[in-house]
Amino acid sequence: MTMIFGYPLPALLSQLLIGLINGSFYAMLSLGLAVIFGMLRVINFAHGAQYMLGAFFAWFLLRYFEVGYWPSLILAPLGVALISVVLEKVFLSRVYKLDHLYGLLLTFGLALIIEGMFRHWYGTSGQPYSIPSVFTGALNLGFMILPIYRGWVIVASLVICLATWLLIEKTQFGAYLRAATENPTLVQSFGVNVPRLLTLTYALGAGLAALAGVLAAPIYQVSPLMGQNIIIVVFAVVVIGGMGSILGAVVTGYMLGLVEGLTKVFYPEASSTVIFVIMVVVLLLRPAGLFGKE
Amino acid sequence: MATQTAATAVAPAPEAKGTSTRTIALAIVGLLILLAAPFVIYPVFVMKVLCFALFAAAFNLLLGYVGLLSFGHAAFFGGAAYICAYSIKAWNFPPEIAILAGTLFAAALGAVIGYLAIRRQGIYFAMITLALSQMFFFVCLQAPFTGGEDGIQGVPRGKLLGFIDLGDSLAMYYFVAAVFLFGFLAIWRIVNSPFGNILKAIRENEQRAISLGYRVDHYKLGAFVISAALTGLAGAVKAIVFQLASLTDVGWQMSGEVILMTLLGGIGTLVGPVAGAALVVSLENYLATSSFPVPVVIGTIFVACVLMFRRGIVGEINAFLDRKK
Amino acid sequence: MTEPLLEVKGLQAWYGESHVLHGVDLTVHKGETVTLLGRNGAGKTTTLKSIIGVIRKRQGQISLKGTNILPLPLHHVAKRGLGYVPEERGIFASLDVHENLMLPPKVAEGGFSLDEIYTLFPNLAERRRSQGTKLSGGEQQMLAIARILRTGADVLLLDEPTEGLAPVIVQRIGDVIRALKEKGMTILLVEQNFRFARRVADRFYVMEDGHMIDSFRADELAGRMDSLHETLGL
Repeated sequence: MTMIFGYPLPALLSQLLIGLINGSFYAMLSLGLAVIFGMLRVINFAHGAQYMLGAFFAWFLLRYFEVGYWPSLILAPLGVALISVVLEKVFLSRVYKLDHLYGLLLTFGLALIIEGMFRHWYGTSGQPYSIPSVFTGALNLGFMILPIYRGWVIVASLVICLATWLLIEKTQFGAYLRAATENPTLVQSFGVNVPRLLTLTYALGAGLAALAGVLAAPIYQVSPLMGQNIIIVVFAVVVIGGMGSILGAVVTGYMLGLVEGLTKVFYPEASSTVIFVIMVVVLLLRPAGLFGKE
Repeated sequence: MATQTAATAVAPAPEAKGTSTRTIALAIVGLLILLAAPFVIYPVFVMKVLCFALFAAAFNLLLGYVGLLSFGHAAFFGGAAYICAYSIKAWNFPPEIAILAGTLFAAALGAVIGYLAIRRQGIYFAMITLALSQMFFFVCLQAPFTGGEDGIQGVPRGKLLGFIDLGDSLAMYYFVAAVFLFGFLAIWRIVNSPFGNILKAIRENEQRAISLGYRVDHYKLGAFVISAALTGLAGAVKAIVFQLASLTDVGWQMSGEVILMTLLGGIGTLVGPVAGAALVVSLENYLATSSFPVPVVIGTIFVACVLMFRRGIVGEINAFLDRKK
Repeated sequence: MTEPLLEVKGLQAWYGESHVLHGVDLTVHKGETVTLLGRNGAGKTTTLKSIIGVIRKRQGQISLKGTNILPLPLHHVAKRGLGYVPEERGIFASLDVHENLMLPPKVAEGGFSLDEIYTLFPNLAERRRSQGTKLSGGEQQMLAIARILRTGADVLLLDEPTEGLAPVIVQRIGDVIRALKEKGMTILLVEQNFRFARRVADRFYVMEDGHMIDSFRADELAGRMDSLHETLGL
């Protein structure tokens, strides 16, 4: 058997694969956080809750309406985006003029409410969501076995990140977003409905979180706690990458997932803390973050 | 930009020079309540309130007077609780030394976390403190001496200074009350000292404080360490009162709770966090017997505070009294 | 004279707590170029900002083509044909020249086509893929004006278009403004550069301390030079 640094190659590769999967979720979630933050200047603490809602949406659709994975991939993000439109209009839009800390506290409160309700209804144990039949089974790549669904998640997340990047960098909607990030009043004076742009941006970010949630449902279980377990790590990812750049958020997400995977091989005790350790190192060496501009 | 800082949003009226009769009257009433409480209310409950009141007041020193929102204060509270509980159980430390050990540990941890977090501002500061305290949570979860999911249970209360038996609930109560009073007065002194004035200047306008030649980072770090130490004091005492140190004390939910207590009571007011702690602890006690989910209630209060009364209860009362003047 | 296109009556405005405009009246007719004169801090820029609605704390009446636009949300004002070029020009750093140009949505038919704009401003055509803030001050000013021309707005609010620019560029801006007049545009201009203003304006208003203190036509200018010297410190 091939060995690398004294570890069998297949074990190493399978941990790297798990790392890449986690990285895909970090990337998608920090991307959504960065999109929302860029425009609204709000750190969306409810991002984890929206990710969880996406997974539950898919689970509901399957369980009660026999709507499968593929439609859920569209319906769940749409549903969560709609809920988020309401959240933005009723709550968030009232704190834009205040210190940004209030946005954090408000969304923290919303996250507690949403997650608390689901926890009340479904407890802490997860609900299984089976892998869609096209994706069952595994591919033998020769050097490792790749479960097909996991391969799909990696591809899908890459496509999602790329599409979001294109939307923001190459479309008129994206130009509005970028311009309004710099000077919302001027953009509005040109006749662009900036308040609606803010709502749409929040819905877009939340929809991305929900989409990640649907992708996650067959891998992790659908649990009320799935969001709060991941969101703090994603915050660390965002501190490491800096929120100035979309691409930065995505690259940092994948990278940290891989690092976490490697840590599981070489020093498993540190795998839950390694991202925080990296955050400490980055803060010491480059406080603005890897891709930060401040 | 029409932004306001969290603290100036609730801008407390500049504290009156000297002590007004109102303040003295309030202080006397407060002291009487403190002394009489265990005869009226279940002492363990009051002790819990006092521990959290000190926790919230220490947290508010940072948020209300320097404008820094720490989302990781549970690390100091729970960390000190672990050290205190462990040193009593494993090394037979007397309670006063164990509490001191816990407090010093929290101060040291505060120095490390504070040093890292003050490198960024605003929401990044909040996210960094949250992430670092979560890291500390994982360390506590895995470290052998914390007892993992079970925590450190059955911590003996011991004899204070060798002769006061804290097993007696009244003795325990008055000790906790004394610690609370010490912490509260310390915060009051700090806030009204030259050091406190510089902190407030940083809160109002950091750039100006820098241009006036203050080494703002030193002051921020100083305030952070003091806040962490007093938080640790509260956590250590709590570990003795409940004879328990557990993961609950270091989790992010605990950091959220202390924010809520401060926000609800009134950011940047001295008495606000105490009132907020009393309310939140009472509410949780009440909810514990119902089937209503606690996080939903806590979350709802958060949302209501942020949207409707950012000055908090005490802040609103102060504003009302000022208007009447 | 034709109907007034823009008519401001008793306009008051506040920056936070401070009261900046104390009842400003002004009228701009179709096809006119009107210049607001006054020293720094007289309230000229505030007047423009209050008309477009970037400053929200206002009282009074601002009628544009017969509708009071003061109560409208900011993004509804541009749709009625009002184009605003702010003093700081407002070129977006994260957008390139072309994106900056295409940013404001069209509000009416009859705006300049891209070809017309690139003919009028050949520099911009050359630098269309440059980042907005890499442009020189003059180019940024051209871009700020060009971007409004594309939208079809027919009433333009120009805030100090010549500020900080070299004389030869000021000349170019003057040519552009005259070209716009020929196209029938209505222009309300704030200007510190009196020599520039007298070349393009049909009428003048003079402001001091948030009040209008004088108004006159271009042909009355000669008789006002002494008082202008005093109020403007020329």
